[in-house]
Amino acid sequence: MVNDIVQFVVSSLSLGGLYALMALGLVIVYGILRLINFAYGELVMVGGYSLLILGKTVWPWIFVAALSVAMAVLASVLMERVGFRPVRNASPTTMLITSFAISALLQNIALLTVSPRPQAVRLPGFFVQTLTIGGFRVKAVDLISLAVSLILLGVLTVFLRRTIMGMALRASADDFTMARLLGVRANGVIALAFAISGFMAGIVSLFWIGRSSLVEPAVGLQPVLIAFIASVVGGMESLKGAVLGGYLLGFLTVGLQSVLPQSLLDYRQAVTFSIVIVLLLIRPQGLIGGTYAREAR
Amino acid sequence: MTSPTDGPGATASLVARGVVKTFAALRAVDGVSLTFNRGEILGLIGPNGSGKTTLINVLTGMLRITAGEVWVNGTDITGWPPHRIARVGLARTFQVVRLFHEFSVLENVEVAALSSGRIPRREATARAWEALERVGIAHLAPWPAAALPQGEERRVEIARALATAPEFLLLDEPGAGLTEPEVETLLATLSTIRRDLGCGILIVDHDMRLIMRLCDRIHVLNYGRTIAEGTPDEVRREPAVIEAYLGASAEAG
Repeated sequence: MVNDIVQFVVSSLSLGGLYALMALGLVIVYGILRLINFAYGELVMVGGYSLLILGKTVWPWIFVAALSVAMAVLASVLMERVGFRPVRNASPTTMLITSFAISALLQNIALLTVSPRPQAVRLPGFFVQTLTIGGFRVKAVDLISLAVSLILLGVLTVFLRRTIMGMALRASADDFTMARLLGVRANGVIALAFAISGFMAGIVSLFWIGRSSLVEPAVGLQPVLIAFIASVVGGMESLKGAVLGGYLLGFLTVGLQSVLPQSLLDYRQAVTFSIVIVLLLIRPQGLIGGTYAREAR
Repeated sequence: MTSPTDGPGATASLVARGVVKTFAALRAVDGVSLTFNRGEILGLIGPNGSGKTTLINVLTGMLRITAGEVWVNGTDITGWPPHRIARVGLARTFQVVRLFHEFSVLENVEVAALSSGRIPRREATARAWEALERVGIAHLAPWPAAALPQGEERRVEIARALATAPEFLLLDEPGAGLTEPEVETLLATLSTIRRDLGCGILIVDHDMRLIMRLCDRIHVLNYGRTIAEGTPDEVRREPAVIEAYLGASAEAG
């Protein structure tokens, strides 16, 4: 029984941390451009295919993983430069549709150049090990992803609070025009937001694909959906909200998996989304109301 | 052709020449030329909708200029993006105060110091404290900006503009919503800023006593055009100004 609870907490925290990173990658861009970048999932895909292709070399896995994250960052910055910058001053709808177009384009490139079928990715042995710590059996990958997400949340917090670039990013998310009037370079701060978003997607791709060890063109669909739901639940404009929403969704997913009877497991997502709908009916602004709530004051 | 003191080539001055800003068919600013120098306080007045705020928005790069030129210290900054204009020494405040609500008072001012020039964090912090002390709100530094009363919000905004080390300070209705004693403090603060930092201050306000007491020169707009320019005494006696103001108040009444 105790073992079950420990396992439940560890898997929830692990999955929640992963969801939180997904949501952060989406919210950090939304906060500045008011763009929900639905091509975010394809950054996870880029990370995944980099893992696949670079994994066929003899390079150590950790090196391959680092390169894959770098590829996701590069893809994200390029996406902004080539795809979003030309339409930056257009309507929010135009930007949204652009993000769908980029998403479809990247998926189709993967489909045509690699394969429409799922491909197996080389994973290091520790990903599939089960450890026994103090009598409790936990999956190693859960512990690693839990630790990585906590470390990244810490690093991001320090970066945003203490560094010049972090301050500029936060100021821009609060009032972009004002930040620019004080000397913040718009192109620089937007590129930075996309780089962070790409970094999150890259890290997410390692663990998301690590769960199934498969990569396919649509591999980013679920991460972007989860990120979107987590950030809507948490509060679209608040980074704290994104993290909170991510962990909440993680606990909900793992919780339902262990609570629901076998026959209803297929409806897990339906139940999750119903709970999300109820939550939004009670708090439409999300759990942590961001700028919207203040402006309505 | 132009004399060195009022031409665009002049140093230590902000020069607007024939500035036009149109919104569809509306000419919000219609060929305004003005010069103001460092160390000078220029009042910009006019009835509601005469183009004062639009002019400031154009000068600071918030709005794209339709026609005309803007020169700062002998550099043509026409069409520059706002962050570059900020870095040549233009800072502004807003009619409705816009602070970074997520930040503390100190951070609000610090981020301005950091953004306007490539200076290290410690120097930026020092500059922020100096600006806070200058406007007399150093004791509020750790407060969250969202928790401030209106009068203090204005002072934070001015401190934030000062932290960018401006040569020209453009203040859009800094006296709006302030109580009588707060206006007195504001007047004193602006005088010291001019004396100690030597910046040029352009001030838009509807409070005529504030304008008349503070300004060296006054520039009057109506329907986006200049209708008078001169010392407070000259402007006060100008028939076009009297008519514009009486006409406006008669319409409003």
